[in-house]
Parts: sequence; structure tokens; C-alpha cells
Amino acid sequence: MTAVAMASAGQRGAWTGALRIGLIGSAVALYVCLNGIVPIFHARPLIRDTISLGQTALVLTFLGAGYLATRRAPPGAAMALAAAALAGATSGVSLSVLLLVGKLAGIDVRAVFIQASPVLYEVLTVGTGEAGFWIPIAVGAIIGTAAGAMSLLPRRIAYPLLAGLLSVLMVGLFASLLRTPMLGGPLNQLARFLFAAEGLTREGAVIAFAAAGVFGVLRPQAHLRRRAAELPDAQRRRLLIPLIGLSLLFFLVLPHVLGPFFAHVVAFVALYILMGFGLNITLGLAGLLDLGFVAFFAVGAYTVGLFTSLSELGLFTDSQCLALWDGFAVCPQSFWFAVPLAILLAMAFGAFLGLPILGIRGDYLAIATLGFGEIIRILAGSDLLLPWLGGPQGVINIPKPIDAPPGTPLAGATQIYYIGLVCAAVIWFVAIRLRDSRLGRAWIAIREDEDVAEALGVSLVQTKLLAYMLGAAFAGLGGAVFAGLIGSVFYTDINLFVSINVVALIIVGGMGSFPGVVVGAIFLIGLPELFREFAEYRFLFYGMALIAMMIYRPGGLLPSKIAQRELHVPDAVAPTDPGMVPVGETGA
Amino acid sequence: MYTRLVDRLTDLAIAAFLWGLRLAVVAVVVVGSFLTLTSGKYQTETWADLISFGLVLGCIYALIALGYTMVYGILRMINFAHGEIFMCGAFGGYFAATALGRSGFLHAGPLHALISVALIMLVAATVSTSVALLVERIAYRPLRSAPRLVPLISAIGASFFLQYSVKGLFGPGIYAYPDVAVLKEVVPVPLLHVRWMDLLVILAAVAMMAGLYFFVMRTKIGTAIRAVSEDQSTAALMGIDVNRAIVTTFAVGAAMAGAAGALYGLKFSTINFFSGFYPGIKAFTAAVLGGIGNVPGAMLGGLFLGQVESLGPTLFLDGLEVPAPNQLKDAIAFIMLVMVLIFRPSGLLGERITRQRA
Repeated sequence: MTAVAMASAGQRGAWTGALRIGLIGSAVALYVCLNGIVPIFHARPLIRDTISLGQTALVLTFLGAGYLATRRAPPGAAMALAAAALAGATSGVSLSVLLLVGKLAGIDVRAVFIQASPVLYEVLTVGTGEAGFWIPIAVGAIIGTAAGAMSLLPRRIAYPLLAGLLSVLMVGLFASLLRTPMLGGPLNQLARFLFAAEGLTREGAVIAFAAAGVFGVLRPQAHLRRRAAELPDAQRRRLLIPLIGLSLLFFLVLPHVLGPFFAHVVAFVALYILMGFGLNITLGLAGLLDLGFVAFFAVGAYTVGLFTSLSELGLFTDSQCLALWDGFAVCPQSFWFAVPLAILLAMAFGAFLGLPILGIRGDYLAIATLGFGEIIRILAGSDLLLPWLGGPQGVINIPKPIDAPPGTPLAGATQIYYIGLVCAAVIWFVAIRLRDSRLGRAWIAIREDEDVAEALGVSLVQTKLLAYMLGAAFAGLGGAVFAGLIGSVFYTDINLFVSINVVALIIVGGMGSFPGVVVGAIFLIGLPELFREFAEYRFLFYGMALIAMMIYRPGGLLPSKIAQRELHVPDAVAPTDPGMVPVGETGA
Repeated sequence: MYTRLVDRLTDLAIAAFLWGLRLAVVAVVVVGSFLTLTSGKYQTETWADLISFGLVLGCIYALIALGYTMVYGILRMINFAHGEIFMCGAFGGYFAATALGRSGFLHAGPLHALISVALIMLVAATVSTSVALLVERIAYRPLRSAPRLVPLISAIGASFFLQYSVKGLFGPGIYAYPDVAVLKEVVPVPLLHVRWMDLLVILAAVAMMAGLYFFVMRTKIGTAIRAVSEDQSTAALMGIDVNRAIVTTFAVGAAMAGAAGALYGLKFSTINFFSGFYPGIKAFTAAVLGGIGNVPGAMLGGLFLGQVESLGPTLFLDGLEVPAPNQLKDAIAFIMLVMVLIFRPSGLLGERITRQRA
């Protein structure tokens, strides 16, 4: 075969490659339209009168298609641009077909896909009506080409450009969060200039883009990091102290600056961080996939609920205190009495459920624990336990842990915020000490290879049981804080999604990695809580995140050090190589 | 010496605990059944109704369980998203049924109804198969050689993705299959108190299971599937296309689940995006009960679970004066799941997959 023929064969391969990327992009674009992301979020502007979030989703799809096509295109700027344009245009084809079918042919697509609404057609044709059915293809081609052009630019220019776009996207998404605290204070005028009622103003977008662009050109963070790396160790450690102090101060004043809603969200994140640490011991260190984490959460929540509730279901009244010695009494109705008890009860429950099942294989264990979670949920809502747990009526009227009148700094959600943060910090310390203990090493050994661990003298049942019980204890604490946070416990709070939330945040953060838990909780719990409008799509995103993590980044966003070492293989090895996955096989 | 004694004692305590658990469950079942039966609260007719209901439910569970068991047999992987595949089939069947109902064909007579049901099942099976192949390609194939937990987590992700995709695409509401009046009539046979619909479900399930048995045992690709289940690398050396065998397994299992989804919709009328989750887990229970990887076992397990779920609340719990025992029917199924996993993970039909290989 001559060189020319080979080159043309390679080119043909490149075209089919671009076409294939375009077809995948086409499917993705159609999917985001029909599942409602485009039409629903069209109502939420990113930049006022310019672009909505719904349109942004489509733009991102086209950008992705164009970028991927350029990466596989044959060398040469023209070829890359052509491939990107082709992929982008192909991505728009499905949308044009949708318009042809739904609008021009008048077939009622909505009878099946409820989101194929007039709003969607309007977005896709940019309001031009029936004649605009070709618009998605054209827009796709343009945006695809733009993505191709951007990837051809030298890094020096592309990096600030990308940083600017990303900053517009992020600031636009978080606009209301940034705007609300500014409105009340001296920055009122600035807030009105930068932000619209929803999203950015055009001026705000330009400023956000420019600021991030300048940041991207100068890259001060890289400079600082280099400076810090040059410092001697002792001096660097001394630098840490003011940093820790500053972040402490930051967390202290945060709820007072950003308001009770934000405090509530952070408290929720802290709660899940807490439970994440617990499951990280069971799943991340010992390698036991527990899908019934919610069972222990329920024990903790109901214990605190029943002990402290002021309703008829409450077990104690205010006056029942046991005087121990001078001026010191134990009141069973107090939150602080109920919490340790909740932890102990959850641990006992963990032992009770763990003993029979810890001998079984890893994947069966997951399903068995899932069964436990469901049994507990069904029992909590059943008439059988109605006299004690309140059934569907739930346990209500749980007072806040600290009796602070409104207006004081500890009132309402703020105290739960502090309690949650303190608990999370303490648990973090405990979890790290556990990981580095002899027991922690035994867990990791079991995760890596049960048979070898047993041969080396690790008692499988005891070690696994301890992991399971400690995980349960953390979940119990989580449930206890939850009861104090919400002020009520309903059996509907005890659902599979609690377990799935925790599993998902650990996997996204990185199994066995404790900072990973924090990152995972912020992404998977904090963001959906902040963006209530995205709540519908939360579990859709979880599903995608779990699959993508398993395929592309089995170590998580912040892999633990051990996993990192294991994952450190040359690039030549495919990412699906079995040896790279840090989760130990728990099977026999 | 000391630690060995402690270990011994722990083992003993665990064994005692497990025996206590077994005895407790057996005691509840025996005492509850005895009390219920001697109370004379229920007539023979009620029991017959419950049994026929359990049979219908069991057939549907058995059809779903086949997919679990076949995939487990070939890949040693719990296809957690299988319940959602079933649900996607039910949705496909729903749209076919509504279209047929709107055109009037569905209500035109007994023969028309039969043809319609066949069509609805076909559409449902096609939808399920396509979804399953897509899931296999995207979420499972890249992880084929990874440790066991990794594909399981990916499957959990696929399960949620499918649930919430269906919710986004078709809406969160409850969808009702059109009523087919002919199928609601009681079969005119004395003493046999079943409706045509029930009979149809049972016959369709039996026919499909027979077909599957033939497919697995007699056809060339069925033999290939069995060979890959036995030993993947040896099968590959014998010239078997392993990938094709795996994909076919997914496709066949999904087709069964999809058809079951259509039958479920026709029988119980309402579906929503979450309809696949509990039937899926219960069908997994059925598969484990019969011995996972074992095709006749899955059928048997499904039928057994159907009976337990249908009879259980009344038979075991009513006599113990548990209020509203029907609330606990899912709990009974889950308790059975946990008990089977603990006490007989190899299933009722013996050790087809030994501990070493599983």
C-alpha cells in the first residue's frame, strides 16, 4: 500500500470517527431535550436575555462533540476544524428530525415524551417557528467548529479563555447564592449591577469572564504554590497554623453571613460527611458494600426522637432527671443523653445484623444489607410498631438540642450547623486514627485478600464485625443529628436513598479516602440541596456518576494514598485493567 | 492458646445465634400458620384465590429471575439494573397497549385481544432488549474483568439512571394499562376460580420458560452460553465467540423480563418509573432461592416466592394477631431473601455453582 493510499484510509477512518462522535452527541442532545433538562431549565437564565441554562446544556453537548472530534482528527488545522464541524452538525441532526416529526409533520410526540412541549420546539428553533428546523444542525456545526478552534489555540490563550467561560458558568449557576447576602449590605448596588433576579446580567458576565481570564493569564496560584514548595518544612508547617485559624473563623461566621438556609445546607453536608466516614470504614477500608446503612441511621434517629420528643410518643418528660451528685443530673430527655445511647444502640444493632451475614460473599452481602434496610423501613411504617414508632404519623416535636431563643447566635439551624461540623471534625479524627491503627491495617488486609489476611492471623469474623459495628455507630450518630436537625422522624425519611447517597458520595470521593468523603458530600449532597431546581435530576446524575467513576476513575476524585499507589501504572495500560481497581474482591 | 479459646467461643456464640434465628423464624411460621388455620377465619375459597394470585405473581417473578440467573451464570455478576429493564419493558408495553386500545383493535373480541397481548409483549421485549444491550455495552462491558463489587456498583448506577431517565422522559405519574374486558371474565370451569388474564399469564410464562429451556439446552448458541458459563477461557479456546454468548444472554434475559413487564402491566394495570425496583429485588431473591446460575431453579424459586408473598401475610401473621399483615408482605419477602443468603446461598436446587467458582 502506498503512503498516499494509507493517508486517505486514515482520513476516511477519521471521518467515520467524527461521524460516530456526532451520532453519540446526537443521542445525548436528544436525550437532554426529551428528559426535560432543556425545556425546564430554559426558564432559568444563565445570562439575562442572552442564554438560559437549558440552552447551555445543548451548547455543552455540541462543544463536547466538537472537542472530541478534534482530538481524533488527522493532523492539520483545517482537518481538525472540519472534523469538529462535522461532529457538531451531526449532533444537531436528531434535534432537527425531532422538529420535523413533531412540528412539521404534526405527529404528537408528546403522547409518549411529555417534555416534547412547544417550549422545547421554541428553544430548538430559537423562536423562528416551523421554518427553523435546520437551526440545530447549523448551531451544532458552528459551536462544534468553535470547540475545534479553541482546542487548536496555543495553551497560553486557550487556558484563560476556558477559565473565563467556566467562571461565567459557575458564577451564573451560583448567582442567587452570591446575590442574596450582598443585597442586604453595602454591596447592594454592585449586586444589582452584576446579577439579575436569576443568573447574571450581561455586564456581570463580561466581568466574570474578564476576571477569570486575567486570573488565567497571571496564574497567581501556581506562583504561590511554587513559593510554598520552596520554603523549608518547619516554616511551611508554621504557615499552616494561620491557615487553619482562618478557615475556622470562616466556618464560624459563615451561617451568619449567608443566612439560615445556607447553614441548613452545610449542616446537611456535615451530616452526610459524618455518615460517609462511617461507611468509608465499612466499604472503603474493609471492602464490605453495605446498602442497608439506613437501618442504623433509623435506629439513631428513632432513639433520639423517642427520647427527646415532646409529643405523646416521647418516652420521658421534662421532670424525669436523675440527680447523680451535687448540681449534676442526668436527664434522659436531653439530646446529649440520647446521642451516646443512640450510638450504642446502633452498634448493638450492627452486631445483631452483622453476625449472621458477615460470612457471606461480597455481592451477596450487599443485597442482604439492602434487604435489612428495606425490612427496617417497612417495619417503621407498619401498624405493628405503630404504638411505639408512630407509623405514618412519625415522631414529631423534637426540640433543638440547645435551648436558644430566636435572635441569639445559636438559634435555629445555626446550632445544628455547629453541632454537625463539630461532630464531623471529631469523627474525622477518630476515623483517621482507626485507619492507622492495627485494626485499620487488618481491615485493609481483608479488603485486599481475605485468605492471605486470615493466614496471617487476622480474625475475619471479629475484624469484619468491628468494621460493620463502627460503620453502624457512625450511621447512628448521623441519624441522631438528623433527628435534631429536622425536628421530626418519619418512616419516609428512612429510605433506600439515604444508603445510596452515602455509597455514591464515597465512590465519587474515593473509596478509603477521607478527604474524598468531604468532596463527595459537597458535590453530591451540598450542590443538590443548594439547587433545589435540579432535585429532579439528582439521582439521574448519581447513576451516571457511579457508572462513569467505575469505568474511568475507580479510585474516585481524591483517591486514598494506598489506592493512588496501586493506581500508579504507566499510561499504556488500559483504564479497565483489573489490577487497577482498588476495591478488593471480597469473594472467596 | 488464649486467642484460640476466644475464637472458639466467638464461633460457638455465632452458631448459637444463627440457630436461634432459624428457630425463631420456624416458630413464627409454624405457630402463625397453626393459629390462622385453626381460627377458621378464612374459607377454602379465600385460600384458592390467594394461591392463584401467588401463582400469577410467581410466574412473573420467575420470568424476571431467569435474566438474573443467566447473567449471573455467565458473568458472575448481579445485574442490579435488571428490575429496571423489566420496568422499561412495561413502559414499552404500555405505549403499545394504549395505541392498540385507541385504535379499537384491543377491544374487538377475544381473538383480537390475544393478538394484541402477543403484540404488546413483543414490543415490551424489544424495548427491554434494546435497553439491556445498551446498558451492557456502556456500563458492564468495560468492567468485565474488574473485581466483583465494581460491576455491581456500576449496575446500581445503571439502575438509578434508568429509573430517573424514564421519570424524565415519560413523566413521574402513574400509567394505567387499558382494561381488556374479555380477559377480566372468569374462566367457565367449575371449582377453578381464575380469570382469563391469570390463565394467560401462566400459559405465556410456561411457554416462554419452555422455549428458553429449549434454547439453552438444544440450540448452538445456547450450548455456547453454557460453555462460557462453565469456563470462559476454555470456551474461547474452543472457538466460541465469548462476547456473542454474553450479549445473547443479556438479550434473552431482557426479552423475558420485558415480556414479564407487559404481563405485569396487563395484570396489575398500573406502572410507574419505580415499578421495577421491588419486583427486581424479589426476582433476585427467587433466583438465589433456586440456586443462582440454575435456570430451572429460577423458575421454581419464582413460583415459591410468589406463593410465600401471597399466602405469607395471611397464613403466618394473621394468626399471631399482627395488625394489617398485608403491609408486611414485602418485609416477608426481604426476610426470606436475607435468610436464603445467610443459610443457603447455593439455593434450594443444590450446588450448581460451588463456593470456589462462584
